[in-house]
Amino acid sequence: MNKTVRVTLAALLSVGLAACASKQAVKPQPEQTPPPPPPVATAPVASGKYTPADLDTDPCLRQRSIYFDFDKADIKPQFQQIVACQAKYLVDRPEARMTLEGNTDERGTREYNLGLGERRAKSVASALEALGASAGQITVVSYGKERPVCREHNETCWAKNRRVDIVYTAK
Amino acid sequence: MMIRHLKAIFAAALVAAVSAVVPAGIPVARAQNLTLDIVNGVPSAIPITVVPFAFESAATPPATDVSEVIRNDLARSGKFRTLGRQDIVETPTRGSEIKFPTWKLLKQDYIVVGRERDTGGGQVRVDFELWDVTKQQQLLSLAYTALPADLRGVAHQIADQIYQKIIGVPGAFYTRIAYVTAVGVGKGLQYSLIVADSDGYNPQVVVHSLQPLLSPAWSPDGKKLAYVSFEHGDSAVYMQDLATGARQLISARKGINGAPSFSPDGTKLAMCLSYGGNPEIYVMDLATRQLTQLTHSMSINTEPRWMPDGQSIVFTSDRSGKPQLYQEPLTGGGATRITFQGEYNSNVAINYDASQFAMMQGNGNVYRIAVMDRKLGNQVRFISPGPMDESPSFAPNGSMLLYAASEGTRGVLYSVSDDGRIRQRLSLANGDVQSPSWGPYRQH
Repeated sequence: MNKTVRVTLAALLSVGLAACASKQAVKPQPEQTPPPPPPVATAPVASGKYTPADLDTDPCLRQRSIYFDFDKADIKPQFQQIVACQAKYLVDRPEARMTLEGNTDERGTREYNLGLGERRAKSVASALEALGASAGQITVVSYGKERPVCREHNETCWAKNRRVDIVYTAK
Repeated sequence: MMIRHLKAIFAAALVAAVSAVVPAGIPVARAQNLTLDIVNGVPSAIPITVVPFAFESAATPPATDVSEVIRNDLARSGKFRTLGRQDIVETPTRGSEIKFPTWKLLKQDYIVVGRERDTGGGQVRVDFELWDVTKQQQLLSLAYTALPADLRGVAHQIADQIYQKIIGVPGAFYTRIAYVTAVGVGKGLQYSLIVADSDGYNPQVVVHSLQPLLSPAWSPDGKKLAYVSFEHGDSAVYMQDLATGARQLISARKGINGAPSFSPDGTKLAMCLSYGGNPEIYVMDLATRQLTQLTHSMSINTEPRWMPDGQSIVFTSDRSGKPQLYQEPLTGGGATRITFQGEYNSNVAINYDASQFAMMQGNGNVYRIAVMDRKLGNQVRFISPGPMDESPSFAPNGSMLLYAASEGTRGVLYSVSDDGRIRQRLSLANGDVQSPSWGPYRQH
């Protein structure tokens, strides 16, 4: 099942790559060909400037959670587009402010997970800033494993908890 | 077979204990009592009988069954196997009444007898004697006088005396524990920091919050708790006086303010702070509030715990990739890694002489409490079954630990003997119990 999806995805991606090879800045990954670029990353985020109404209507801006792998804080390719449109919003609207809430799954200790949640939130903050958002627009908070959205002891549930939530405090 | 028999005895004893809990005239600011269950027994433990104490006055007997509290203390220590009430065929109340052949037949090594009487002025006097059954020799004979409301405390002190006489190290029953409860769902979740007796009785609320509370840490004199509160949206460290309720904000710097730990002399507080950009260990002088940064690395450094000599700190760091324990002198100069077995080691608890380091050890998706014996070449033994156990905390005599576990989606606490062989669950009927911390010996 997993394998099928991966093969399909790889096939899709190679087509996508051929069409837009020049647009992808890919870090070298020798053992993986083709490299896994985000399936939709090449779509332009928006032509004009964002307005507060777009936060509720724009399909990209409406996505306010970024999910992570276990004990990791790097932003996975499939979430780059969300980061890009949120960054564009912050650029388009200098008065906008957001809090990035870092969360973890239940594995590991409460205090270590505070650190991990902060590392994730800071990872998203850095990515937003790299795309032009101002550091003054972003507040980082870590809840560690204190605010789970799901309380089962399995990977499906853990995956939902390993996240950074984007909360706009000024639109 | 032996174990099953013991389990039945413990179960019976505990039901009795629970029904005897609520004394008349309790103060109002009470928290919900934890439910206690002993989950296994130790066949090799020392057999001891605690005969029910007689009440020798005409007045109404106090609600607290002192002998029952003593029996439960000794049982959950893992060092003793107490004879169940239904097997106590005779009820001597003083040494001269003990018929030793009876207790030899029941294979008992020790017997405790006692009696209580009203001394007027609302006070109760408790006399008890500890006898060696084989030698027919009196080992202890002591008396306590207290208000009825303090009889559980008297019982814990008697249990401490018995423990020390037989085992040779001080008992830690007359101590307190701190823990956090979370009751409710979603936005209605209410957190409470609680202080209770070592057996979970007499819970008192220290602080309530609608935001997470965690990591309570005792001052060495047992008078204060430092803890982490999210009440203002982000983590902050507070220090609270238990007698007065007065509290001070210790640190609400930008980023993480977490993992407080008092130095053994009580003058300093180690914490994890990330205002400098990265979670690092800092030491605050509590008199001057001056901060000294101990660790300098690009990783997560947290959960500092002081070595008993106060000269160095053991902490969690993922500088090598995964969390492991490191030790660094207060004077700085770099950390030494001290755990090498297990993928994930964190949350260290250090016993009174630093011979035992307890920690949360993760392998795959199983997290258990491991104890590393520093005198046995750092040999590691597991004292909890997992799969989601954390927050170990030693009793001040090192003979038992508390830790947090997950059962279904419910958080519970366990107290466990240091050999891992006897565990007692402390749970809340309608909520989670987490972040346990065992307090120091009480100063009378």
